[in-house]
Amino acid sequence: MTRRMYNTLTALMVALVAACAAWSLNADESTAKEAAPADVLSIGGDVTEIVHALGQGHRLLARDTTSTWPPEVRDLPDVGYMRQLSPEGVLSVGPSLILLAEGAGPPETLEVLRAADIDLVEVNGGFDAEAIAAKIRTVGAALEVPEQAEALARDVTLALDIALADAAAQTGPRKRVLFVLSAAGGKLTVAGENTGAAAVIRMAGGVNAAQGFDGYKQLTDEAASVAAPDVIVMMDRGGNHDATADLLFSLPALAITPAAETRALVKIDGLKLLGFGVRTAQAVTELNATLYGD
Amino acid sequence: MVAMSDTLPATPRRTRLERARRLHVVLALLVGLVALISLNVGATGFSLVNVIAKTLRGEALSRMESVVLWDIRLPRLVMGLLVGAALATSGAVMQGLFRNPLADPGIVGVTAGGMLGATLAIVLGGMLPAGLLAMTGGTLVPIAAFAGSWLTTILLYRVSTRAGRTSVATMLLAGIAFTALAGALVGILIYKADDSQLRDLTFWNMGSLAGANWVKLASAAPIILAALVGAMLLGRGLNGLALGEATAHHIGIPVQWMKNGAILAVAAASGAAVAVSGGIGFVGIVVPHLLRLATGPDHRALLLNSALLGAALLVAADMIARVVIAPAELPIGIVTAVMGAPFFLWILLRQRGVVDL
Repeated sequence: MTRRMYNTLTALMVALVAACAAWSLNADESTAKEAAPADVLSIGGDVTEIVHALGQGHRLLARDTTSTWPPEVRDLPDVGYMRQLSPEGVLSVGPSLILLAEGAGPPETLEVLRAADIDLVEVNGGFDAEAIAAKIRTVGAALEVPEQAEALARDVTLALDIALADAAAQTGPRKRVLFVLSAAGGKLTVAGENTGAAAVIRMAGGVNAAQGFDGYKQLTDEAASVAAPDVIVMMDRGGNHDATADLLFSLPALAITPAAETRALVKIDGLKLLGFGVRTAQAVTELNATLYGD
Repeated sequence: MVAMSDTLPATPRRTRLERARRLHVVLALLVGLVALISLNVGATGFSLVNVIAKTLRGEALSRMESVVLWDIRLPRLVMGLLVGAALATSGAVMQGLFRNPLADPGIVGVTAGGMLGATLAIVLGGMLPAGLLAMTGGTLVPIAAFAGSWLTTILLYRVSTRAGRTSVATMLLAGIAFTALAGALVGILIYKADDSQLRDLTFWNMGSLAGANWVKLASAAPIILAALVGAMLLGRGLNGLALGEATAHHIGIPVQWMKNGAILAVAAASGAAVAVSGGIGFVGIVVPHLLRLATGPDHRALLLNSALLGAALLVAADMIARVVIAPAELPIGIVTAVMGAPFFLWILLRQRGVVDL
């Protein structure tokens, strides 16, 4: 079996599992629609994604700035950035349940919301399959749809296992991947160790080219050259792909890297890539396919 | 000691002072008005009028209404009044003490020290022993900011005081040096910070009254109020200092005592303000200048007017910050700068040629 066929097959399988999940959940949604009124505020892109995947999107009243997928959530009122919520702003949308991704705050706001007798459910983060499944179960329990959550957690874990197994089955040399968060002003801010980006790169069968530091840091030009990435990954913020590639590979830091020779730049939706929600398997498969596909 | 205006023969100065004193009443009314409007508006759409009507009819307030009014809007309003008054008064005192229109509370190191303290708490706070963390709760950042601003002020004061005499010029220069040093230390910490801590730092720098609650208020209000009362007593002395230190001394002003009092009041007022609200710029420079352009530089009226206008301005800015993109909200520093700066420029241009700052 050729590499390409194998990849296509994997992608098909992931899509099939996802479609099955979506279909079974849609069926639930049609019955649930009349029962539950909109009363949930979802804070955090991954949490909002999970609410939708559980077929409970109609219960959302509002969202935070980081919740951008699925596209229809953009029509909901935006209560601001997840770490900087305003208590009265949150109260004004009238939620009776608030789902909070890890890091949502500030604590002063959460305190006031608790005083106002609103249920706050914190959804812990993490960078692996178990963390995603745990997120789904927490959200499912809070929304009182534990069976759907169990089914979704199973499907998502299965899809991710398939994607991971495929990536792990990779033979030959591993590609060195550099995740560039920002290249503003010609300075590269890249993902080091213990980041969501590093975790996804590893899952997709790549090696994080930026080693030796934690978190997202600015890299000196020389260090970027030494990191010698084969592929650059960035978040897709719209805009012209070729223009970004021209700009990026003309930087002295990257001009002499293997990535510049093949103009290997991959742009993936930021929430899909780094959110560790229901689309992580897709992100892993996509990234793996672009790394080793051809 | 004779009041300065009495030693001057010109009558217009007296009328100017009288005008400035009449402005007290106008500004006090403005503060009251802004405060009422501020309590009345917000993202939830509850209005004070309805709540009062409900109370008068003997109906109980809903849980939501009481939380919004008592735990969100009221502490925030009081905090806005105090912080605005503290920043504007500190600015007026500093400009008087340094005889420099560009002086602001930052000169005594309050801002840089507060920033350093807050950054330390945000980036390294997690390394504290769990017991200590639990004790400080959510107040670690304000406590660290307050401690940082005080330590800096004491340090600068020690550096610039020799043989019981404080040199304001040394303090100004040492302040610049210390601000650079604090900036470098903050830079090192920023490099160490993870991305969520960076977000917290950015928002801290832009300032906000969003975290106002009764606990913070109870710790900050006594300090700010005491410092404001102290600052109000400095008016006559600052007028004397405007003539130069030697002259001030000869007309009987206790110059060193004045300096100590001014530095103490500013460090206390703006240190506490910075600790609870982060970096809100602009108010300390613009408010005293607007008032000087309107009613002259006499500190006896200027200090109180600055406190009142500062309070009104900050509460108004906070109100805009709260409602303009509701249900989200803007950092207040953005509002004060975006609205205040063009207005200030416009006043300057209109007065160009008339007033020489």
